[in-house]
Amino acid sequence: MAARLKPGQGPLDYGSRLWLKILFALVLLFLYAPIASLIAFSFNVDKTGVWHGFTFQNYIKAWHNDAIFSALSNSLAIAFCSTIFSTVLGAMTALALWRFKFPFKTPFEGFLALPIVVPEICMGVALALFYSKTGMMTAVRDWIWPLNLINIIIAHIAFSFPFVAVVVRSRLVGFNRQLEEASKDLGATEWQTFTNVIVPFLMPSLVAGGLLAFTLSLDDFVITFFSSGPNSVTFPVKIYSMVKTTITPQINAASTVLIVITLLATFIAMKIQAPANPEKP
Amino acid sequence: MTEPIVSIRNVSKRFSGGVMAVDNVSIDIAQNEFFALLGPSGCGKTTLLRMISGLDSPTQGQIMIGGEDMAFTPPNLRPTNMVFQSYAVFPHMTVMDNVSYGLRVTGVAADEAKRRTLEALEMVKLEHLAERKPDQMSGGQRQRVALARALVKRPKVLLLDEPLSALDAKLRDGMRLELTRLQETVGITFIIVTHDQDEALSMATRIAVMDKGAVQQIATPAELYEQPRTRFVADFIGKVNLIEAAVLGQKGKTANCMAVGLGKIAVGTDKTCGDKATIAIRPEKLKLSTAEPKGPSLIKAKATIRDVAYYGDTSHVVADIADGQHLDINVQNNSRVGGSGFDRGQKLWVSFDPQDALLLTE
Repeated sequence: MAARLKPGQGPLDYGSRLWLKILFALVLLFLYAPIASLIAFSFNVDKTGVWHGFTFQNYIKAWHNDAIFSALSNSLAIAFCSTIFSTVLGAMTALALWRFKFPFKTPFEGFLALPIVVPEICMGVALALFYSKTGMMTAVRDWIWPLNLINIIIAHIAFSFPFVAVVVRSRLVGFNRQLEEASKDLGATEWQTFTNVIVPFLMPSLVAGGLLAFTLSLDDFVITFFSSGPNSVTFPVKIYSMVKTTITPQINAASTVLIVITLLATFIAMKIQAPANPEKP
Repeated sequence: MTEPIVSIRNVSKRFSGGVMAVDNVSIDIAQNEFFALLGPSGCGKTTLLRMISGLDSPTQGQIMIGGEDMAFTPPNLRPTNMVFQSYAVFPHMTVMDNVSYGLRVTGVAADEAKRRTLEALEMVKLEHLAERKPDQMSGGQRQRVALARALVKRPKVLLLDEPLSALDAKLRDGMRLELTRLQETVGITFIIVTHDQDEALSMATRIAVMDKGAVQQIATPAELYEQPRTRFVADFIGKVNLIEAAVLGQKGKTANCMAVGLGKIAVGTDKTCGDKATIAIRPEKLKLSTAEPKGPSLIKAKATIRDVAYYGDTSHVVADIADGQHLDINVQNNSRVGGSGFDRGQKLWVSFDPQDALLLTE
């Protein structure tokens, strides 16, 4: 630490220090280099880890590989359903906790955080036991797609809605209740106030919470592994079983598709969110 | 008085903690009045306003609005609209959408809503900012939005909760004039809550002074200032000298008193007093002179100046008289040179006409 400030710099201008710049570059490298190589090798001609030329073959093969295709579509269907349900459920929970006083409110809030802190393996085993004891594990097996995924969807909602609730709850802390009162004073009913004033205010947290739920669901392995049957394999579970034998570039291709979908979802979410708080720095 | 537009009858409000926020209050407010609820913070004035708007309901009593008991009618079904202290302008809507909100949610036809919205914006001089969002506006402009948003509903009563408290001093003076102008043009009853006596005195046609949940006095500004009914009102409205006095006897409408530091005084009163009372006299009604003042009925006392504070147009003098009593005296600075002409430690005479003194028993 220099005892003197450099000319033109404040004590908080850490960004100009060389060691910090190097550290930053290293962090970026370790975070993104594996992902970059994953994407790069999805275009490789050869199956070995050596670059032999550019091709789209892996994507076409992955598309025609029924196992990968069905796992990916399962994952997306599960993520879609569980995102919608956990966003609604999480937002409703947050609103209830914010608005009402009721007996055992504090213990309830504690229990709400449990799925966030309980180790996934415990929750996975608990769900597996629950599904097999109630017969749900076998009952849903022959239902039509995507209803045969209902066990996994329920499991995903269970662990992702508390995340939404936490995000929405923290947004509600900053809500000026006079806005609600003003709306009612101006003639709006309870429901009109909710849709016209409260939901627009919550929109950024709904989008953020939804996005969180989506990514949590998409890449969950442990809990999904325990609550899935032979016909309801998700993408992470499928990849795990494939990696055990050989790593084919098809996995690279499918993973790249997943990354693109996630980035796209984030991008769309930010676009939706944008009109809610315009040109704010 | 014709049929009052708002009639508050024996209203009490006890909060769940047991605190009596409003205690058996009755007020009649006439059509077209500019009525002020004035009192220190925590006196129950805002709670009373919220009960008129329907955002709170009384534990007891009736609230008649337009001849109908609305004590338990929800706010969206009442002919009242409120301007909130925080303005509560919807941050995600443009000015236009904010002002038209109350019309849209109650199903007013789109073209009529638009016409009325533009009219309201014109009234508060914001038509050029219709497409702005609230976060691109100043506090004063946001308040105008809140005002237009409430007025566009054409309520029977407009409620204003400390509307000027968040504005800076210059803006506040301008807004005060504008509110009175607005009230005259739209012809709607205004009820304003304020803790600022200047605000209430300069804007309102009538004022209810509240303390600890109860109404102390309801009167016009001039009456309130010159004829305060209680010590609290006299002290709260403007500055006043309160002098303890023993009542020696009462003959008709004159009470003979022995006042601390002043000696025997005969003060007019229309109440029968006990043996103790307070004499109230405003600082501007006291006179200072170097020579002994002459006049048959004048009350006078020898005084020593303790302090002089210069305020530009006036100077505030604190003078000690006998028995450890001191008096606040306002002196007009009529000459450009020499300030008030009084100095600390100076010995002189203070005098007043007993007609200007008031006997308070409550």
